[in-house]
Amino acid sequence: MKKLKVNGQAVEVDADESTPLLWVLREQLGLTGTKYGCGVAQCGACTVHVSGRSVRSCAVQLSAVADGDEIVTIEGLSKDSRHPVQLAWAELDIPQCGYCQPGMIMAVAGMLNHNPDPSDEDIDLEITNICRCGTLARVRKGIHLAKTKTSAGEPA
Amino acid sequence: MNQMTSLSRRGFMIGVGVGVAGAGLTISFLGGFGPALAQDAGTAPEVNAWVHIGRDDVVTIRIARSEMGQGTLTGLAQLVAEELQCDWSKVVTEYPTPGQNLARDNVWGEMLTGGSRGIRNSHQYVREGGAAARIMLIEAAAARWKVPASECTAKDSVITHGPTGRTVTYGAVAEDAAKLAPPMEVPLKDPSTWTIAGKPVKRLDTADKLNGAQIYGADMKLDGMLNASIKACPVRGGKLKSFDQAAVMKMPGVRKVLAVHDDAVAVVADTWWQANSALEALPIEWQGGTPYNSADFEAQLEEGLRAREAFVGNRQGDVEAAFAKAAKVVEATYRVPHQNHACMEPMNATVVWTKDSCKAWVPTQDGMSALASVAEAAELPVEKCEVYKLHLGGGFGRRGSSSGDHVSQAVKIAMSMPGTPVKLLWSREEDMQHGFYHPTSRALIRGALDAEGNLTGLHIRIAGQSILAALRPEALKDGLDMVTMQGLAPADLAPGMETQALKYTFPNLLVDHAMRNPPVRPGFWRGVCANQNAIYLDCALDEFAHAAGRDKLEFRLAYMKDCPELQAVLKAAAEKSGWGKKDGVHRGLSAFYSFGSYTAACAEVTVDDDGKLKITRIVAATDPGMAVNPQQIEAQVEGSFVYGLSAMLLQEVTFKSGEVQERNFDTYNSMRLEHMPLVETIVMPSGGFWGGVGEPTIAVAAPAVLNAIFAATGKRVRHLPIKDQNLREL
Ligand code: FES
Ligand code: FES
Repeated sequence: MKKLKVNGQAVEVDADESTPLLWVLREQLGLTGTKYGCGVAQCGACTVHVSGRSVRSCAVQLSAVADGDEIVTIEGLSKDSRHPVQLAWAELDIPQCGYCQPGMIMAVAGMLNHNPDPSDEDIDLEITNICRCGTLARVRKGIHLAKTKTSAGEPA
Repeated sequence: MNQMTSLSRRGFMIGVGVGVAGAGLTISFLGGFGPALAQDAGTAPEVNAWVHIGRDDVVTIRIARSEMGQGTLTGLAQLVAEELQCDWSKVVTEYPTPGQNLARDNVWGEMLTGGSRGIRNSHQYVREGGAAARIMLIEAAAARWKVPASECTAKDSVITHGPTGRTVTYGAVAEDAAKLAPPMEVPLKDPSTWTIAGKPVKRLDTADKLNGAQIYGADMKLDGMLNASIKACPVRGGKLKSFDQAAVMKMPGVRKVLAVHDDAVAVVADTWWQANSALEALPIEWQGGTPYNSADFEAQLEEGLRAREAFVGNRQGDVEAAFAKAAKVVEATYRVPHQNHACMEPMNATVVWTKDSCKAWVPTQDGMSALASVAEAAELPVEKCEVYKLHLGGGFGRRGSSSGDHVSQAVKIAMSMPGTPVKLLWSREEDMQHGFYHPTSRALIRGALDAEGNLTGLHIRIAGQSILAALRPEALKDGLDMVTMQGLAPADLAPGMETQALKYTFPNLLVDHAMRNPPVRPGFWRGVCANQNAIYLDCALDEFAHAAGRDKLEFRLAYMKDCPELQAVLKAAAEKSGWGKKDGVHRGLSAFYSFGSYTAACAEVTVDDDGKLKITRIVAATDPGMAVNPQQIEAQVEGSFVYGLSAMLLQEVTFKSGEVQERNFDTYNSMRLEHMPLVETIVMPSGGFWGGVGEPTIAVAAPAVLNAIFAATGKRVRHLPIKDQNLREL
């Protein structure tokens, strides 16, 4: 049994230590908001936060998660979808099929955690998620809009 | 209107009656699958097939097509709600099941979602469905008040009796309305009076896509469900020879290892990760198949460009005479590779099989053909099978009607464990290796110019693979695959091709296709053949204009003189971009008509000294005739550039000894934000026709950028994808 802290809750999981965090979240904990897209750290669909930083959970084995690590998934990003990134995403109606969007939203939220005012160059470097439907143009707009918001939805 | 459509490879035929009458049959929906349900336990019957209204005034609109990102769910609901005159804030949607469609004599019509047809082929009858429901609700209220229905009006789900001012909500009269006979006459509103349709309303499916609540097929969970991963023979046509199941049976969670059909092996385990880990460790031997090499096939395509025989798709005037008289002949050869859909959500299906029923949960673009695939694989009558559709994590044609391979596999696996639900999820590697690939082709384009620089003759010879020959040979027309002519066809080539017609006018024209089919499974891929046909035509026009020393906008407009709509979108895009300005910006143009819509783009690029490309801005214009949701049209136009430019920049599937070489996104890449230009979209619906939206703009994406690259470098990219070609050293 491995102890984890996920979305603020202490949980215990029974999985092989080599299991990627992605599959622990999806199959042991039922948190299917975190998506499988490639399994090789290429697409970003599986992005979650470990202690505030974005990681691609398909490439993190359970053994690499430390005791004190706080894991946050899309389900735990906010109450009632009121994180500034979610508010911006709703305002611009960004998701198309939506499958890449939990990872996209988590990647952007993770960036804003350490860089609250990213430039377009910062965005290009850090947000490298794939979206096959092609929401990228709106994602960029969404990031700039999210910068201006607080979780109350008012301009910051 | 009645048309016959073939449901399945088993060959039974089903009449698609697209009337509005939903006879008063109450159905209990989707037994067992909760989240999508809005019907209150059968107590409040539907008003008709399209509309159910609860006592709480919640309006459930039934959507027969599939939502895969393209926004059709919202657009169709807008059309129904517009005629229904209901309160938009109380609208929810649900998918009727294919089994119910069958049982109710196809009351929901076609379920296929492809070819950008979701709205343009069903707007009439879904609006009639909404209007009929409104008329019945008003009649029910009038009967209750004992007043003439003509004295009552409806707005925002409230019916008002004009003379007395009495009001009643839809929810209060819905049950009475359901008992009435559907109206004989169902007049529709004039679109100029629309208040819900035609407006940039928010999508209905966004909220659950922001917080992880949306359940896709890959997320399905049923009580007692097991998980499966599968490997099919990596060489097309090859078979499974043997596997050593003892080697993995003791691995954690493994329940079963089994052959599926004669060409695949699957592992079933408690979790998918366990199943896939065991599959990776499983010793497997394959045999046979065709050791096809992409590199070798290039010579066949090249031969096809000069072959004496080819299927003629479009012939106007006398091309050879024009070439004989030409002052100048310009020739160019372009090439596009095989490409994979690479939907973000890998292929999957969840199935429960017993000896007298089979239920499947499938993200599918075509519920009816998924049902046919299920019934066939389950070896059960179709009436004993059911398919529950889920929103798709991308479709792009991969989850269409001829591509139920994964569904059939999932059923076969579930049959080996009667009563146990099994979810089959393909790994990304499986998805990349077993696609229905966008066909490869080449084109030799020859233009005859007279002494004044007029294009007097044009021959486009395409050599390449046919989708229809592989998937629907019965649809070939005297051997010609009409799909290869998308955007280049005469309007009367075949029924339906008027929405794929060439809108340029050339005095002497020949477009022909030398069919060369490699042993690769082809498929319909978002935009299909319009994508490369636009590259062939529009890059060639750029080459001709350059050779003639004429302005590229003026040159194009000269050959669209019979098509004001195409002229209008091209002018709009060029003007907004600043075409003709001497500002150092390198611009390229493209305009094309496909899937019933007029599209144009003006791309702006820079190419640095090392030959590295940056696409800075694209101005796009689209005229889809009627615009049901302008903001979603913009989203589709933006997305089309990602899809089309990913293909142009990065994507190629190659085969070596029959095996796909690009097996994940590391080698089969897709555009990232750093590649993404600013997109400015002009939506300019001219009214009077219903064009598609999800695909047509893809056609202009690549040619506009390729032509801009020429403006920047003086070099032509003719071999796609660009990948790491140095644009200054072509
Ligand atoms: S699934 Fe982890 S990056 Fe693609
Ligand atoms: S919204 Fe479909 S992949 Fe991004």
